[in-house]
Amino acid sequence: MTETIDTNEPLLRVSDLTVEFPTDDGVVHAVRDLSFDLRPGEVLGVVGESGSGKSVSSMAILGLLPRTARISGSIAYRGQELNGLSYNEMRKFRGNSISMIFQDPMTSLNPVFTVGAQLAEAYLEHHKVSRKVAWAKAVESLEQVGIPQPDRRAKQFPHEFSGGMRQRVVIAMAIINDPDVIIADEPTTALDVTVQAQILETLLRIRDETSAAIIMITHDLGVVAGMVDKVQVMYAGTVVEAGVVDEVFDTPRMPYTVGLLGSNPDPSLIGQRLTPISGAPPSLVNLPSGCAFSPRCPLVAPVCHESEPELTETSGTVVHLTRCHRWNDLAGYDDPKKLFARKEIGAEEPLAALLIDNPEVVVEEHLADTADQTNDDRTKGDQEKEAAS
Amino acid sequence: MSTGTETKPATGGADTTGTPLLQVKDLFKSFPVRGGGIIPRTVGQVQAVHGVSFDLAAGETLGLVGESGSGKSTTGRAILQLHKPTSGSVKFEGRELTTMRGRDLQVMRRDLQIVFQDPYASLDPRWQVNDIIAEPLRIHRFGSPDTIQARINQLMEIVGLNPEHRNRYAHEFSGGQRQRIGIARALALNPKFVVLDEPVSALDVSVQAGVVNLLEELQHELNLAYLFVAHDLSVVRHLSHRVAVMYLGTLVEMGPRELIYSRPMHPYTQALLSAVPVPDPKRERERQRNRIVLTGDVPSPVNPPSGCRFRTRCWKAQDICATEVPELRKRGDSDLLAACHFAEEMPVG
Repeated sequence: MTETIDTNEPLLRVSDLTVEFPTDDGVVHAVRDLSFDLRPGEVLGVVGESGSGKSVSSMAILGLLPRTARISGSIAYRGQELNGLSYNEMRKFRGNSISMIFQDPMTSLNPVFTVGAQLAEAYLEHHKVSRKVAWAKAVESLEQVGIPQPDRRAKQFPHEFSGGMRQRVVIAMAIINDPDVIIADEPTTALDVTVQAQILETLLRIRDETSAAIIMITHDLGVVAGMVDKVQVMYAGTVVEAGVVDEVFDTPRMPYTVGLLGSNPDPSLIGQRLTPISGAPPSLVNLPSGCAFSPRCPLVAPVCHESEPELTETSGTVVHLTRCHRWNDLAGYDDPKKLFARKEIGAEEPLAALLIDNPEVVVEEHLADTADQTNDDRTKGDQEKEAAS
Repeated sequence: MSTGTETKPATGGADTTGTPLLQVKDLFKSFPVRGGGIIPRTVGQVQAVHGVSFDLAAGETLGLVGESGSGKSTTGRAILQLHKPTSGSVKFEGRELTTMRGRDLQVMRRDLQIVFQDPYASLDPRWQVNDIIAEPLRIHRFGSPDTIQARINQLMEIVGLNPEHRNRYAHEFSGGQRQRIGIARALALNPKFVVLDEPVSALDVSVQAGVVNLLEELQHELNLAYLFVAHDLSVVRHLSHRVAVMYLGTLVEMGPRELIYSRPMHPYTQALLSAVPVPDPKRERERQRNRIVLTGDVPSPVNPPSGCRFRTRCWKAQDICATEVPELRKRGDSDLLAACHFAEEMPVG
């Protein structure tokens, strides 16, 4: 890391990244046409629901996908193409230039080695130093992530650490080689909120100290709001909206983002119904024609079924991209969240009427008495059948 | 109960005249810790629930929040007698549940139901939805097969599922739909009280909102009482009338939702609330500056700290906290009950 860093030159440039998995049921389009730039010290948030391609794209960047995956497009790290490198060629970059923090600290550490040994191993992979120096470096990195008594803790095994402490160890492992890009894949999902606050604070402090860029993958919009500079919203394997975080959260220009923001309980809206998005995310094998979100979209128009919209720039003052044919119409709504408001429950009649059509049965006090009851029910059931026919 | 038309709207816990629906008093539950020797011996007790007391009215939701390992779920299960409480009393409509056995308890269970956290693990993969929802109806001899079938269709409709899908298996449904199946099963016998044990935490946000709305609507229509166990404070805020905060097996603070979320008294509640990120970039950055970040981790429930259990992580802790257990009572002018020697109101934005 001797070369000078030009802050205008992106550290990582991903363009038109597409990942497909051929399966017996057809081709799974896990990631489609993903493009973004990442500059030093920048924090990029990637939000989306499960199955939106968040994790697969980060695995593709690190070259961790199985051989069956078909990866096309370009992943350039400091101008050098990473896509197409063999597993062994990637080892030079992995951990050293780009490192990863996994979601579950329970499964990403080896239970039979001490924490210090695992950290030292990561350091030795990229540095020709003695074991003693590597151990000292391991202790230093534990200190850097805020683990008290690092020299004693380094000799302990992962099971002797609590969940939050274990995640700190994983972060220590990610930063021990001083990488330029840290990919954090749901780093706090398995943790409690008070511990989450500690971990996020640690990550931001490390960013300030090392000016590493962070890709923060999460489904928690709150985490994104507080810590990232830019955000990209993913749906069905592709980016549907991207831009500066304030801009995207304040003036979303893609109905999916609106729905996502409306699904989160907001304290100022207590007593009001939440606005869920109807339906479920599409199958990545059989994507709907046109816009992938069209089957769930309240603003859907005929054009949405015909072609998938391009990522286009909105009229805002800062960079803000949206993949929607109707973003201009969306901008015309004062409260776009209302678009998603609809009747939640299938029954049109009052629920109570449905439930108590035969109330005596359940309030019956003793099981022994239910015999007579059953007869009554039968006659009632028969009557209903007659009525139906 | 011949008409069963008590469909008055949820009263927000205001209906406290007469005996409450559920009274929990000094509930204790501990699990033995066995040593690893050749002859296993009990070497300690995990004090999972340590003296929890609260009341719940019909149609009311009490949110029970706390971090993992604080004993929230155990409390819910001890109330339902799924774990026999070590000591304490649980009264439902004035009848003591802890001493109830056999058939009496089985009859009682019609009124007390639970929705589990993981909709992937709580539904039998070999059963059709029809059978899953029918099981409680069959056990409690709801009626003839026709009546049961009619009831199942009705329940599926109530929770927003298409009754035509009744012959499908659980894996053919999405996470949100599965949770709806779990809710339909819990509602099958017309319960009065439902423990919701993290019902939405396994779901994606966009799906979560639909289930939260459904739970809200069902409560309103059927006058259900909920014990809503969750670690997600924003969902609890949306759904609960009152909120109880748990830490290491004890209730540290309890009271009306608005007060808990705007002016909490207990330092732990304050820290917990300030740690929740909000999806608004400007406000969140502001909050980050004023955030109370707790140091350290939750102590082991096998060996909890003396006196106040929170004192090891508390910035207000003094000598008295180590020697004297603070009781859960009103402190100062606030309507909140707080278990802290130094409780004071603090606005949390």
